[in-house]
Amino acid sequence: MNIFGLHYRLERKTIGLLLAIVGVASIGGAVEIAPLFTIHQTVEDAPDMRVYTPLEIAGRNIYIREGCYACHSQMIRTLRDEVERYGPYSLAVESKYDHPMLWGSKRTGPDLARMGNKYSDEWHVAHMNDPRAVVPASVMPPYAYLGRATARIDDLGLHLKALRAVGVPYTDEMIANATADAYGQAAPDTPFAEGVTKRYGEATNVRAFDGKVGDPTELDALIAYLQILGKLTDAAHRPVAAAGE
Amino acid sequence: MIAQLTKSERQLALVILLAVTICGLAMGIAGRDDPLGVHGAIVILAGLAGIFGVIYAYYEPEPSEARLALYYDDPSKVGIILAMGWAVIGMFIGDWVAWQLVFPNLTFDAGWSSFGRIRPAHTSAVIFGFGGNALIATSFYVLQRTARARLPDQLSPWFVLLGYNLFCIIAATGYLMGVTQSKEYAEPEWYADIWLVVVWVAYFIIYLRTLVRRKEPHIYVSNWYYMAFILVVAILHIVNNIAVPVSWGHAKSYSAFSGVQDAMTQWWYGHNAVAFFLTSGFLGMMYYYMPIRAGRPIFSYRLSIISFWGITFMYMWAGSHHLHYTALPQWVQTLGMTFSIMLLVPSWASAGNALLTLNGAWHKVRDDATLRFMMVAAVFYGLSTFEGSFMAIRSVNSLSHYTDWTVGHVHAGALGWVAMITFGSIYASVPWLWKRERMYSDRLVEWHFWLALSGTLVYVFAMWNSGIIQGLMWRTYTESGTLAYSFVDSVAAMRPYYIARAIGGLMFLSGAVIGCVNIWMTIRAAHQPADERQADRPVPRPVGAPAFQPGE
Repeated sequence: MNIFGLHYRLERKTIGLLLAIVGVASIGGAVEIAPLFTIHQTVEDAPDMRVYTPLEIAGRNIYIREGCYACHSQMIRTLRDEVERYGPYSLAVESKYDHPMLWGSKRTGPDLARMGNKYSDEWHVAHMNDPRAVVPASVMPPYAYLGRATARIDDLGLHLKALRAVGVPYTDEMIANATADAYGQAAPDTPFAEGVTKRYGEATNVRAFDGKVGDPTELDALIAYLQILGKLTDAAHRPVAAAGE
Repeated sequence: MIAQLTKSERQLALVILLAVTICGLAMGIAGRDDPLGVHGAIVILAGLAGIFGVIYAYYEPEPSEARLALYYDDPSKVGIILAMGWAVIGMFIGDWVAWQLVFPNLTFDAGWSSFGRIRPAHTSAVIFGFGGNALIATSFYVLQRTARARLPDQLSPWFVLLGYNLFCIIAATGYLMGVTQSKEYAEPEWYADIWLVVVWVAYFIIYLRTLVRRKEPHIYVSNWYYMAFILVVAILHIVNNIAVPVSWGHAKSYSAFSGVQDAMTQWWYGHNAVAFFLTSGFLGMMYYYMPIRAGRPIFSYRLSIISFWGITFMYMWAGSHHLHYTALPQWVQTLGMTFSIMLLVPSWASAGNALLTLNGAWHKVRDDATLRFMMVAAVFYGLSTFEGSFMAIRSVNSLSHYTDWTVGHVHAGALGWVAMITFGSIYASVPWLWKRERMYSDRLVEWHFWLALSGTLVYVFAMWNSGIIQGLMWRTYTESGTLAYSFVDSVAAMRPYYIARAIGGLMFLSGAVIGCVNIWMTIRAAHQPADERQADRPVPRPVGAPAFQPGE
């Protein structure tokens, strides 16, 4: 019996056809996705990798809320012009704590994978308030309202807890102090600032990102996030990786 | 609507609507200081509106035995109207987004109207609002005819249709408030996702129950595609949306996957959303409406089989071609590229099958804009699947990825294939559903067709140009070996093409508005007396002409 004869019989069986569809459709995804969780080489080791601070998480959520991923990628490909334009190509480990990843699919604006510390906070503030004041040809919408809105930080402990549930190694102490740390990161002269460097490392950016002290604004949080992009680990800058292809 | 429900169905409807309202209340209370609370209020309003509607008509007489013996088309009618409504909303927002790239201050200094928030509102309104409603409406229609069996009951189709639209409303309003999980085409948050699963299971059960009671021995090819669309979308949706909410009172959730695994899962979903939402379902449409409208049987039964199983199997491997040259392991990228190229075979099998079906009916294509919509759709299907396979090749992708070329490619498929086959199918089924001789105006169908076609061409050519220029500018070097252009240079160079794109989109939108007017006038036209039972069969078959058999 040839294959079409077989099919002639299959298409008379509702459940048979149904099971065949599910079976045939499941193979591809299973082969490509499942091994990524078990094969060791998928994600490199990076002992210096640090987690996002609560304020950076708040900023990352604003980045997601505003749909920034629709125009900015965070994935530098292994191509000569990209490495020369943006910096060392992105490694898997660099987005290890990104739930979800923000690699993006379109560059209406430039890639942001190595945006951290590339421009000053003042530049970011000016750029968010009126993109065309800094980059005349920019087509980015203005985000002036971020500087007027106070960031919501009271529930950041819950956010960290949920992130721990999906695999980010936040400690109990980090979760308990999430709100205080978020406040402290944007208020360098307060006692809360010390806890931030103690828990997240000396290299953590602690400053009034939007230039104003007091309760962190959404702009504070967003700039705190932008200034850490590509800076969670040095792995990409190490000799082997930096050699290009 | 309500008068078609039996007494016990009216009671069940009240119970379900009450449950929905209570869910809304719980969401509203738990999320009172969160966007979740707004969605709670929307759900409550939807539930209460339903309850009011059912109670208002509760004591109307029940449908007669004779009525219950006929096909049940009311959900299809409402589905088509909703699809056209979402089309206009989605395309309007799309054109607005397009103009924002020309005039970036078109946001009124507000968050809800900025590019990043209304862009997903555009994609979801068009894909899920327009496409999804069209699929649900036509699938119910096609299912009953090809199975020669009535839908299993009167209530569950309404649950699916209206529940699905509630999902679309929650999704669209969510984006404007900034509720998104940032996974492209899967942006709605956890509670909307859970609701969609409930609706989708009901959809699947309708399909299953109707097929089991079918009077035709064979399951017709359209139903293979519709069934694959329902089943696989369920798998994709559930896996890609596994997430942990911040709390029961937060709209926000965190994806269970991170980094490279998340990227693979997302594009496995994202590419197959194209395959199973925007291809399989619409191929189901094409395999029913095109042969009937052309008055010719499908060219080849065997090609249908090859195409169906090829698409079902190979598409699921292709998603990783979105991640060439990234941190995704290279073996996965290579698999994605290989299968993407092989996909050309089943895709062209369907496109070719459709065009060869028209052999002997080309004079009808010339005279009948409805059939021409379907023909052009098949051509665009063939063109954009070729383009897709081509762009999946690593070296081509290195140029095209991240550029407007991708946007152009997607819109060649979305406007040229998905929207055109839908308009063709809607123009074919509206007179059948509302028992009219023909559409209100054939000239308006012509206008719609030419606006849609020229709008698509303007759009796609603009994006091809801008995408390729963009990609080339990024990689151009000067003689001394440095990058020739800054990124901003490439942004500035896009401006003329962005203007052209916005104009093309506007043309396409105008066509859709004309379509709405035409459909509305057709529905309003004086009812022509026709025996309902006879008019159930779409086209009166001339004596001696071959009957359509499933699969042939």
